[in-house]
Parts: sequence; structure tokens; C-alpha cells
Amino acid sequence: MRAATDQLSATFSALADPTRRAILTRLADGAATVKDLSAPFDMSGPAISKHLRVLERAGLIQRGRAAQWRPRTLDAAPLKEVAEWAGEFRRFWDASYTRLDAYLQHLKAQEKSDEHDRN
Amino acid sequence: MSTTATKPGVTVFGTPNDREVEFTRVLDAPRRLVFEAWTQPEHLQQWMLGPEGWTMPECRIDLRPGGSWRYVWRKADGTEMAMGGTVREVKPPELLVTTERWGPEWPETINTLRLTESGGRTTATLTVTYPSKEARDAALKTGMKEGMDPSFARLEELLRKLK
Repeated sequence: MRAATDQLSATFSALADPTRRAILTRLADGAATVKDLSAPFDMSGPAISKHLRVLERAGLIQRGRAAQWRPRTLDAAPLKEVAEWAGEFRRFWDASYTRLDAYLQHLKAQEKSDEHDRN
Repeated sequence: MSTTATKPGVTVFGTPNDREVEFTRVLDAPRRLVFEAWTQPEHLQQWMLGPEGWTMPECRIDLRPGGSWRYVWRKADGTEMAMGGTVREVKPPELLVTTERWGPEWPETINTLRLTESGGRTTATLTVTYPSKEARDAALKTGMKEGMDPSFARLEELLRKLK
């Protein structure tokens, strides 16, 4: 988990923007050119390219080399890492609290027997 | 969304506002004991372990304002996870406020633990405050039972497609 934190941070900040999430959702349907990707947005080409660069740096999309249009494709690996991390965050507290329930019963019983010993 | 935990054995997750997430749990013990279990290393090492398979080989907490704390968890395969921070406020047995950070590249959160007691049971409310809405949403994306931010619901949809 620790080794993955740099990648996770990059993924998180890339996902923090709604335009970038929309781009990823579009790419989940298949490869697309920059022109395809900018179509739904009221945004300049350079603005879209800036978002694409952020996504690329986060390893979330790849740029085709062969085709002249250099279509972008989605790389899902970092997203899966985020999903796993967030799931773990919640499981952590659920599992810990369950253990705390049992441990508190143990502490209560111990206190009672200490009291008993004193009397 | 506010959160109310009603019965023991259930963790209630909530998002009281844009920057916070809250975990509420009712524990069947007086808060004096809960506070001890939450603030003494020998106790913490017994329960604050997350899912099966983790231990906490290092657990230090200097329980006074300005004091530092550091917990290190380890899995059987050697994977380690560490977090640490500073104690801001401590009022036994009802309040503990600490800062928490997983590493230099992570946002620092403020964690507030409030304990209230009623009829021998304690309601533990842990509030984690993130520096921004974005940081919180990123941390929680798939972790919430309710109160899902609609934009993250779209990401969920994306993740489903990818499975």
C-alpha cells in the first residue's frame, strides 16, 4: 500500500476534475481522438489538451503512436488501485470496531475480576 | 447528511459536510474504557488493526497537546503502512483531536474522536476533516454507504464498466 501512494496521489488529483472524469467515461467506451473527446465540452482545444496531459501523467490514458490521429485509450490499472484503496479504508474501520467490541468486553471482565480480588 | 448510530455492531458512515467524513459506532462499554482502549498503545495494538492479517508492531502516542503519535501496521507478507501526526487536544474520557498524515504526499487530516455515554454504552463518533472537498471525495470515492457525490457516482459507473 505504501509503495503505491505516489501513483495514488497522481490518480486522485487527476480524478478531482469533472471534465477529466467525463473524458475517462468516454474512453471506457473505446479509443477516441482529441477532436472526439473535446466535442461534448464547451472548451478550447488547448484546454482539453491540458486535461489530457494531466490524465496521461497519471497513467490513466495512453496515446496511440501508429495512427496519424493519435487516438487516446484508457488505462484502467490506476483506477482499480484507487477502488481497492478506498474499499480498504472502510473495511479498516469496520474490522477494527468489531475487534474493539470484543476487546472492550475483555477489559470489562478484567476490571470486574480485579474488583473481586480487592474485596 | 447527519449520522445517528442506534445499535451496537454497526458502523454508520456519513458526510456531515463537504470536507468531512464521519464514522459512528455504539460500543457496549463505559466511555472511560473506550477512551483507554483508544489512547493506550497496549490496547490499540489489540484492535486497531483493520482487516485480518495485519499487526501493529509500532504504536507510540504522546497523549498531550503538541505530542506526536505514530502507528505502523504490518502484513504477513512484509507490506507496511505507517501514519502519524500530532495530538491537538485531549480531554479524557470524552475528546481526542489529532492530525494525521500517511506520508509527505498525502493531505493532512484532522481527526476528532468524541465519546458520549448513555446507559453504560458509548457512542464513538470519529470525524475526519480533509483540507478540501476534492481530497475527501478522492479518499472516499467507493467507500461510502450513502451521500455519494453525483460526480463520483459517474466514476463508479466507469469502474463497473471496467470490471
